[in-house]
Amino acid sequence: MIANFGFGVLFITFLVTVYSVFAAIYGDRRQIPAMVESARRAMLLTWPLLTLTAGVLIYLLTNNHYEVQFVYEVTSRSMPTYLKVTAWWGGQAGSLLFWSWLMSAFASLVTLRKWDRDREFLPWVIVVACVTMAFFIGMNVFFENPFAQLYQTTAGIEPHTFHPANSILFTPQDGRGLNPLLRHPGMIIHPPMLYLGFVSFVIPYAFAFAALITGRTDDRWIRLTRRWALWAWLFLSFGLVLGSRWAYDVLGWGGFWGWDPVEIAAFMPWLTGTAFLHSVMIQEKRGMLKHWNMLLIILTYDLVIFGTFLTRSGVLSSVHAFAQSAIGPLFFGFIGITLITSVALIIYRWNSLKSETEMTSLLSREALFLLNNLLFMSILVVCFWGVIFPLISELFTGQKVTVGPPFYERATAPLFAALMLLMGIAPLSAWGHSTVKTLGRAIWKPTIGAVVITALLFVTYTHHVGALIGFFLIALVILVTIYEYLRGAYARQRGQGENIFVALWTLTGRNRRRYGGYIIHLSMMLMAVGIIGIEGFQVETQGRIGVGESLKLSNYTVTYKELASWDDQPKGVNYTRAVVDVYRNGIYLGQLHPRRDYYYDSQQAMTIPGERATLRDDLYVLLIDWEPASTTGATFKIFVNPLVNWLWLGSFLFLAGIIIAAWPEKEMERVAVPVRRTIQQTSAAD
Amino acid sequence: MTESSVAAPRRGVPIWAQIIIWVFLVGLLAIVAAGLRRAQQGTVQPGQIIKNFTLPLYSGYDLGGKSEIQLENLRGKVVVINFWASWCKPCEQEAAEMQQAWTEYEPTGKVVFLGVDYVDTEPEARVYLKKFGITYTNGPDLATRISQYFRIKGVPETYFVGPDGVLQYVQIGPFTSIDQIRAQIDPLLK
Amino acid sequence: MKAIQSPPLLRITGRKLLLTILFALSLGFSASFTAFAQAPTPTDDEVNRIAKQLYCPVCESTPLDVCPTEACRQWRDLIRTMLSEGKSEAEIKQYFVEQYGARVLAEPPNRLVAYLVPAVVILLGALVLFRGFQMWMKPSLTETGAVDAEREAKPSQDPYVVRLEEELKKRK
Repeated sequence: MIANFGFGVLFITFLVTVYSVFAAIYGDRRQIPAMVESARRAMLLTWPLLTLTAGVLIYLLTNNHYEVQFVYEVTSRSMPTYLKVTAWWGGQAGSLLFWSWLMSAFASLVTLRKWDRDREFLPWVIVVACVTMAFFIGMNVFFENPFAQLYQTTAGIEPHTFHPANSILFTPQDGRGLNPLLRHPGMIIHPPMLYLGFVSFVIPYAFAFAALITGRTDDRWIRLTRRWALWAWLFLSFGLVLGSRWAYDVLGWGGFWGWDPVEIAAFMPWLTGTAFLHSVMIQEKRGMLKHWNMLLIILTYDLVIFGTFLTRSGVLSSVHAFAQSAIGPLFFGFIGITLITSVALIIYRWNSLKSETEMTSLLSREALFLLNNLLFMSILVVCFWGVIFPLISELFTGQKVTVGPPFYERATAPLFAALMLLMGIAPLSAWGHSTVKTLGRAIWKPTIGAVVITALLFVTYTHHVGALIGFFLIALVILVTIYEYLRGAYARQRGQGENIFVALWTLTGRNRRRYGGYIIHLSMMLMAVGIIGIEGFQVETQGRIGVGESLKLSNYTVTYKELASWDDQPKGVNYTRAVVDVYRNGIYLGQLHPRRDYYYDSQQAMTIPGERATLRDDLYVLLIDWEPASTTGATFKIFVNPLVNWLWLGSFLFLAGIIIAAWPEKEMERVAVPVRRTIQQTSAAD
Repeated sequence: MTESSVAAPRRGVPIWAQIIIWVFLVGLLAIVAAGLRRAQQGTVQPGQIIKNFTLPLYSGYDLGGKSEIQLENLRGKVVVINFWASWCKPCEQEAAEMQQAWTEYEPTGKVVFLGVDYVDTEPEARVYLKKFGITYTNGPDLATRISQYFRIKGVPETYFVGPDGVLQYVQIGPFTSIDQIRAQIDPLLK
Repeated sequence: MKAIQSPPLLRITGRKLLLTILFALSLGFSASFTAFAQAPTPTDDEVNRIAKQLYCPVCESTPLDVCPTEACRQWRDLIRTMLSEGKSEAEIKQYFVEQYGARVLAEPPNRLVAYLVPAVVILLGALVLFRGFQMWMKPSLTETGAVDAEREAKPSQDPYVVRLEEELKKRK
């Protein structure tokens, strides 16, 4: 009954979004502001409707309504209430609804602003937002209904939206329960965070689309969505970091990134999104790279749709799942249509996207940003090719292949290195004219510093060439960034007479985008330190030892002390926990408790490592296997991951950097606009 | 956006570039679509002629000492192709029935049971075969060629090929009783 | 030589016995030598070193050393057995490919196509950009006076922005 009500509301929402699309188009073509306003109101209506739908679903989830197929699939009686709520995005149907709910929230937020100056954008922003919403809600309504109920028919137990003839409602006693891998705090936030990032990127795309259709291809659409793009990028980046942390903590593979197609599908929009964030700066400052910005945001949008389907929470799926599911073709169709439409629009408006100034030097900031775009696109090409290659191989040769980490690492390493080099050079480059001499003069000091640091590392830490190159580049970027920061602060100190710390503070405050950006670059370099550490220097060992015996790795000794196994009935879990003593160079450090959690409802186990984290490295102990009579022996796998905690540390600094960069600078905004208008009027008069 | 007062040559995207872009885009979409369609195909369906394949055989489970068998050499007989694996729990549910059916049909000389071991290790496979007392022909699906041809979605799956080489019936999942097996073979023997 | 001589039969038997015992002992030794050669079962680390480079033939995108399923455990045992038989890493990988197909490898067997295509695409892209850049650098002959004026209007943004910054500094 309630489920049917939920479906009804969902269906109405679908109709509302469809109406909104047509009303907006009609109102724009026939120049009827009232129609456009009606479309806007319709779109505003979607959020309360979807919130109601979501409320119904959450009610069903938390009240053991196992006759509803989705509830049966993702919850069970042994799950605590808060987990049942998060099960909303624990399966395909629910996560599609979650996506739509977020989309309607953001679209509503965007339409609530004042539109006086940009009236012509409004209908098309509504169109894009509502077409996207209609697609996702349509998926729910017609193909993956979260409110479908189970019926006992002559053919067996089947899910149906409407009560079929000759059947009765079937209510299972208990649900299958959420995949245990999802019952971890990291995995609870990771999908919403990713989806927040995905959905927020739709807004800049909507404005870009509107700009192309209306012909207003100046940087107005960029300025309007600048903050959206930044927040979208924050959420997406954080979603990726959280996913990595989850993989590291819970998957038990000893790593944080496996180059799995699902991971890559979420990584690709991040690549184009990052390129976009940088590239729009050039359009704002010099009116260049307009084609690039359009292309990048279109790619980001389509990759977001692609990524959304592939990264459906609940199951570690892959391209395989995309191919075999019923809604795979529909997603593909949507991506195909939007891609073709957008490309056609860019070609149509190609001339109006002409640069306003010329690029005069290969080493100017504009040229370096162009190179930046090229590098990000190259990494994208590598990733996309890697994901699509197995599909193509099977199609043309019938042979199934796997494209795994060796390919991606080898192909992208030089590209990432080039990007890091760029991060070091670009802040020192000048707008317009820049030569090797001017650049050289600026960069020689940080370069010497980086060489010194690398030499020190060579002597004290490692002889590994690849790692040393990486460390050199990291040192270069950090030194350049600090150098730029201090240069600005010194200028203030001399000019304003502030002391250095106040100078640093106000400097950041006045130009949040630039200095927030520098902090983000610094944080990325810290993360790079962690990545080089674990990728280059990870060691592992595995062995079966009896009680009192030890495994040795690096300078660590891990001694098996005891093992205990017990059931947690209400939670439906069996815990098997080992206690090990940890020594480093003979000094006792403490105990770790690796364990295995077995969930009875879903019949799956999770391996939770015992971790000891320091800046130098991470000691990571897994309980692989044990004898039933626990005193006779257990198998442990130990990893030592050097420097990996710099990765997580860097991500915190990253958060701070983005918040600084995104913090509104209201005063600038208000004064800037009238000046710009005057210029436009002047040049229009020519 | 200003336009020059004197008409400068409109440099839109040149035609040749447009053609390249569209060919590339449509080509890419076509390839992905084809891949999708292929992946969406179910298993091989009844009515299709099964083309010849070679199954290497485990020693002791060969048809009179042969090291491999070709499907086309079995033309004229009913061939029951059963995909299984030692690590597959549902396969165990039908193992006894399959063996019993084999002992029933072997004397007729008109039926051949082929066990195709999917992605398995020989020692474990032998343990499984011995456990259920299986005597019919068995062999590994090297490089998963045969299972790829049949486009199986999992194990166990059983394919009934008539004497004319045409696929008659596909059983997804284990048989629940020997009657089901008889129900497929008997009509083909008529 | 005159020593205490055992009766002839015993002498021969004794020598035979001694030889037999020696022979048996030497057999035993060599047997234990071969046993030693096989005795050290490959460690988990040696197995993992190879399993790391392979993918589980049935699971999705799961490396063989971390895959928890029963089937994967059997495959790791298979690697262990093959290692103890003295097979090399390449032979073991080859065996897995023959048995389960190319998908067990972490990289496609024909690496040329895999690496070549993105390299070509990237180079083409760079080429296109470089050409475009060169076109920009050339002074445009078709520009009209109006466009020159337009170009002048834009740099004049800068004085405004400069003044703006000054205003802001004062407003601090």
